[in-house]
Amino acid sequence: MNLMTERNLEKAVNDKMSAQPNAIKMQGKDVTVHYGDKQALFGVSLDVPEKMVTALIGPSGCGKSTFLRSLNRMNDTIEGCKIGGKITLDDEDIYNPKIDVVELRARVGMVFQKPNPFPKSIFENVAYGPRIHGLAKGRHELDEIVEKSLRRASLFDEVKDRLHEAGTGLSGGQQQRLCIARAIAVSPEVILMDEPCSALDPIATAKVEELIDELRENYTIVIVTHSMQQAARVSQRTAMFHLGNLVEVGDTEMMFTSPTEKRTQDYITGRFG
Amino acid sequence: MSTSLVFVIVLAIGVIGYFLGRQRAVSKNDGSVKPHSLPHYHAWWVFLASALPAILFLVIWAGATNIYLERSAIAELPVRTADTVIASQSLELGMVSGIARGLGKLTADEVTNLPQTFAELRPLLSAKGVALAPDGQDYMIPIAVEWNKNTQRANYIGGIMALLLAVGGALYGLSGVHVRARARNNVERVILGALLAASTIAILTTVGIILSMLFQTLTFFQSVSPASFFFGTVWDPRFAAAGSGGSQGQFGLIPLLAGTLYIAFVAMLFAVPVGLFSAIYMAEYASRGVRSVVKPLLEVLAGIPTIVYGFFALVTVGPFLRDLSAALSGGYAFIQAQSVLTAGIVMGVMLIPFVSSLSDDIITAVPQSLRDGSLGLGSTRSETIRRVVLPAALPGIVGALLLTASRAIGETMIVVLAAGVAANLNINPFEAMTTITVKIVNQLTGDLEFNSPQTLVAFALGLTLFFITLGMNIFALYIVRKYREQYE
Repeated sequence: MNLMTERNLEKAVNDKMSAQPNAIKMQGKDVTVHYGDKQALFGVSLDVPEKMVTALIGPSGCGKSTFLRSLNRMNDTIEGCKIGGKITLDDEDIYNPKIDVVELRARVGMVFQKPNPFPKSIFENVAYGPRIHGLAKGRHELDEIVEKSLRRASLFDEVKDRLHEAGTGLSGGQQQRLCIARAIAVSPEVILMDEPCSALDPIATAKVEELIDELRENYTIVIVTHSMQQAARVSQRTAMFHLGNLVEVGDTEMMFTSPTEKRTQDYITGRFG
Repeated sequence: MSTSLVFVIVLAIGVIGYFLGRQRAVSKNDGSVKPHSLPHYHAWWVFLASALPAILFLVIWAGATNIYLERSAIAELPVRTADTVIASQSLELGMVSGIARGLGKLTADEVTNLPQTFAELRPLLSAKGVALAPDGQDYMIPIAVEWNKNTQRANYIGGIMALLLAVGGALYGLSGVHVRARARNNVERVILGALLAASTIAILTTVGIILSMLFQTLTFFQSVSPASFFFGTVWDPRFAAAGSGGSQGQFGLIPLLAGTLYIAFVAMLFAVPVGLFSAIYMAEYASRGVRSVVKPLLEVLAGIPTIVYGFFALVTVGPFLRDLSAALSGGYAFIQAQSVLTAGIVMGVMLIPFVSSLSDDIITAVPQSLRDGSLGLGSTRSETIRRVVLPAALPGIVGALLLTASRAIGETMIVVLAAGVAANLNINPFEAMTTITVKIVNQLTGDLEFNSPQTLVAFALGLTLFFITLGMNIFALYIVRKYREQYE
């Protein structure tokens, strides 16, 4: 297993030993997605365990981002997108017409591929969600939420002196952590991350990965990544997608050491993808 | 030798040069060295080298010839005295060139028996379709004959020189054809020059327009002081017929400016919400199918000539508002048919597609990632629009609104028909007011002496209007540009 450093292997083993049999937070059953006439997902069934990092890997166009986006119904914003099958959050069907999509997205937050801070101040970026959902009763409480979220995203010390400057003025890595802080501020249960480090340099990537590892304590995280090393470093479970199908899912350690499917092995060792 | 014939021959030389250049480029390429440019670049370069200087020369020559002809004709005109019949020298010159043009149409036989008096010549020329003013003088005929001779000589010399230039250019181009010659870069430079010339023409035209208004405006300010024009509150130009003189009017800009801004304000009040909301619907809510139908329909409004809006205001909207107000008050129509409100509403309708189309572009330009970010945090669509999309698009929208406002201020035909001509200074939108553009139209139509302040004031008004809209456009462009920098 050349891709995993010794340290990561050790960590993965520790995780495995400490891991309790976690409850299932989200569950997809035979999920199909059509974009117009084109089918992007062919019946994917995948469980997302609570307070763990689940990595979705696979070559480009394999449907992993599509699956991720259907977990908080972000696909609804794409015209001509149809979803079949069933996705549940705490055993509740999220595509049930009675479900309020706005409420769902507050419970299942999302961090995007490219950092997308609003053209507002750092403070306003983080305060955006709490304001909309009325999470803070007063100015004081809002300040607290913002500070707590920024601390959790390990950004507070870097920006505490310029909270009221534009969020777009931060570096790429800081912007992405700001977006994570913004997502945390709403107190979601699940955080979806769509290749959160693909636009970042290695140092910023390391910081964000460290952060993901810390967030695992409180949140359920699903992350799409193109980097095998990243999947190995930050996740406990890995799901391999190919051509709109789920190839294989299992503990990360198992997936990277002894995958059962040949396609997974080929992809992980870099023979295709 | 006529100029158009020379032009055709020059082009023909260029085309021959094109093919020779191509052939030469192909034959020079023996395959040992990689050629710098493809054969057709060499061909184009030969064509340009032969045709372009020759054509430019023809244009300049034609201009210079005209100046020379006028100079020599003026030298031969009798000295002007107090009792010269023709009012001005330029008028005299115009008559001579008219006769010269007519003489050119006569047959050789008629030219040899050319009548010596203007009275005899005039019916002869009018039979050829050349109408001349009745007060031509006999002394003009020899000058016109001389004029024609000079023209012919100049055309002949110019034609020969242009042909020589074309042949020389073609030879120069052909001699330059070899394998490593940079014909491609040469052609590129010519294209750059052509593009530069095109944009220069646009700028020079603007400068020319300003200058032409500026001189008339300065003449106007010789008879009316700038202070009484810019700060005067009474508009009463006292129309004077040609030659009557003496009657001096009051040319206060303020009532017109107030009317212009007021009507534009009412129009914006109507157009901005409707246009902006429809832009938001188009950009954020409408499905692709709806958008592809509704957007072009909305933009059809922009294609309607404004005079048609004027009819609409005059025939439909104005009377409707008047009758409505009469019905509301029980008899007394407190809204006049021609009023600020009528003009404002109809102009507002005209402006809707401008507001919506410009705003739509700007709202669509806000990155989708910002919307995703906001929706992903669990905000509704309208929260996303209100709190993220519109603030991000605001500078651009303000710029678009300023561009629209400058259109509203410059609009003429709607206000001519719908706002009335009374230069009142009031704040009641139900009364008639008038605008700068309406008064420009008024001052310039009719049988007026051109050099009176009554007419010249139109130029002062035009220049003022020009600077108001120019200022707004510059400000709008500045804002729009600043907005673009945020996302690029």
